[in-house]
Amino acid sequence: MIQLESVEKVYRTSKIETVALTNVNLSVRGGEFISIMGPSGSGKSTLLNVIGLLDVPSGGKVSINGQPVTSYSDRHLAQVRNEAIGFIFQTFHLINDLSVVDNVEIPLLYRRKLSGSERRKLALRALDRVGLHARVHHFPSQLSGGQQQRVAIARAIAGNPRILLADEPTGNLDSQMGDEIMEVLKRLNEDEGTTIVMVTHDPRLSGQTERIVRLFDGRQVN
Amino acid sequence: MLKNYIKIAFKVFLRRKFFTFISLFAISFTLVVLMVAVAFLDHTFGKQPPENKQDRTLCVFHMVMKTPDGGGTWSSGGGYKFFDRYARNLNGVEKMSLCTETEPVFSYHNGEKIQSYLKRTDGEFWQILEFTFLEGAPFTSDDEKNVNFVAVINDATRKKFFGDESAAGKTIEADGQRFRVVGVVANVPYLRRTPFADIWVPISTMKTNNYRGELMGNFNALFLARSRSDFLAIKDEFQVRLKQVEFPDPREWNQMYGVAETYFENTSRSAFGRQENYQSQNAKFLAALIGAMILFMLLPTINLININVSRIMERASEIGVRKAFGASSWTLVWQFVVENVLLTLIGGAIGFALSRFVLQAITKSGFFPYAEFHLNYRVFLYGLALAIFFGLMSGVYPAWKMSRLHPVQALKG
Repeated sequence: MIQLESVEKVYRTSKIETVALTNVNLSVRGGEFISIMGPSGSGKSTLLNVIGLLDVPSGGKVSINGQPVTSYSDRHLAQVRNEAIGFIFQTFHLINDLSVVDNVEIPLLYRRKLSGSERRKLALRALDRVGLHARVHHFPSQLSGGQQQRVAIARAIAGNPRILLADEPTGNLDSQMGDEIMEVLKRLNEDEGTTIVMVTHDPRLSGQTERIVRLFDGRQVN
Repeated sequence: MLKNYIKIAFKVFLRRKFFTFISLFAISFTLVVLMVAVAFLDHTFGKQPPENKQDRTLCVFHMVMKTPDGGGTWSSGGGYKFFDRYARNLNGVEKMSLCTETEPVFSYHNGEKIQSYLKRTDGEFWQILEFTFLEGAPFTSDDEKNVNFVAVINDATRKKFFGDESAAGKTIEADGQRFRVVGVVANVPYLRRTPFADIWVPISTMKTNNYRGELMGNFNALFLARSRSDFLAIKDEFQVRLKQVEFPDPREWNQMYGVAETYFENTSRSAFGRQENYQSQNAKFLAALIGAMILFMLLPTINLININVSRIMERASEIGVRKAFGASSWTLVWQFVVENVLLTLIGGAIGFALSRFVLQAITKSGFFPYAEFHLNYRVFLYGLALAIFFGLMSGVYPAWKMSRLHPVQALKG
């Protein structure tokens, strides 16, 4: 499902060159739930961004569903992100001006074939799946942190992507809310076969995943 | 998707009230000034009664006569003799009319001194121009030929002399002459140079007949062409006729210049050309008008671009989210352009309402007699086009700059 071969990422400015990833090789099977761990600055988020096609590797090859995507155009990459990948961020990144259901509809807006009513139906179903059907017309600022992250998960799964990329999804939540979010992710993985790659610092959470990829100074250490 | 864009646009407008106010003020104020300017131009040059045949009408407004060495110049309207002898029967001309420049005259009515503007015309004048008659009918070529002291007056003059009563058949005094009113027409605005007057009387009622022997005077000639396509031939033949003028004393004056042209051409030539130069200056005049408009719009636009750039950059997180979930750069450019055009259209709507108010105030002030500035559909379309142009100008660059944001950087804010 996700294939990284000899991936490198170097950030260059006129004065300095920072190596973020060196020779990363990773293969994630469909339906797998893996976690990426490592100290701060080890390249976890960079790796997640490369997998999610938000960042372009400086070298190596990235394939999604068997298709090498490294040379795709902006428009084509946007289409792959829209159809194949859902993102969950540590700080939720909900749009405060939009209601819960409008936030969840965002990925669906970029699917031309969907009508307004179909979008609304899919968004409501996604909210139902994360247990937030009673909050659809609320605004993000009216929700708790845990609820906001549920909305973010609903947004990530609204378009039924086969891959979920979660960047420290419980990092801004207390342990109880973090556990609830983890349960939602596990359910999505187990019940619906969604492939999940999660960046975390928390060994308690990574222990619940099938495999742990460890990074140190941009290199895989396991 | 458009609905979503509009929804979020309104949320953003309400959240950033001060920014929204500044933007709307800049757009609406600029539009008000432009709309008033456009309404003024439209009122002065546009097709409106009684100049319904404006697109087929040429006029000679001004003539120049020169001494043999070119050192002496006589500049004024044309003389009756010149037009009568040399300008008649031009090929392509369906009708020709002569009329004097409008001049202020005084009347004494019930012990009160009344100032009016008087124009002397012939019978063809009423056939080329289509006045709206409220009473009676125009005087005819026979009235002019037979020196009948008849007059057509406008509605305002009727009110001054007769109140709300009918004026037809009654007598008025103007410039020491008495005229029988044969018709009353709707007021014609002051800025319509060719038809404007309060009182129109036959040319032959002039106090002396000296005008009949003059090459230079205070006459204008109107030519109604059979079709607009005849304009060039008429203008050329008029130039040929100028060369045929027999001067009473060629040692004194031996050259005449003049152009048959539209009022717009006359204005542009007055601004950019010389009376002796028969070339059209329309292109320069239009370029100057458009240039002035663009310059006037440029400052608020640059200001809006700056505000928009900072406003959009504040929404970097939203941009990052949209990119992450499948929006391409062009989709985002479109979203922000839609937002900006929407803001501009709202500003445009406010601008239109304010323009209407301002134009009504100018009309009511009476600064330009009988002027009625209003937002007609043509002015409305100019304004709408300007508003959209404005929106695109101030929205595209910030949207493009924003769309170049890297999604990871955008998500970091």
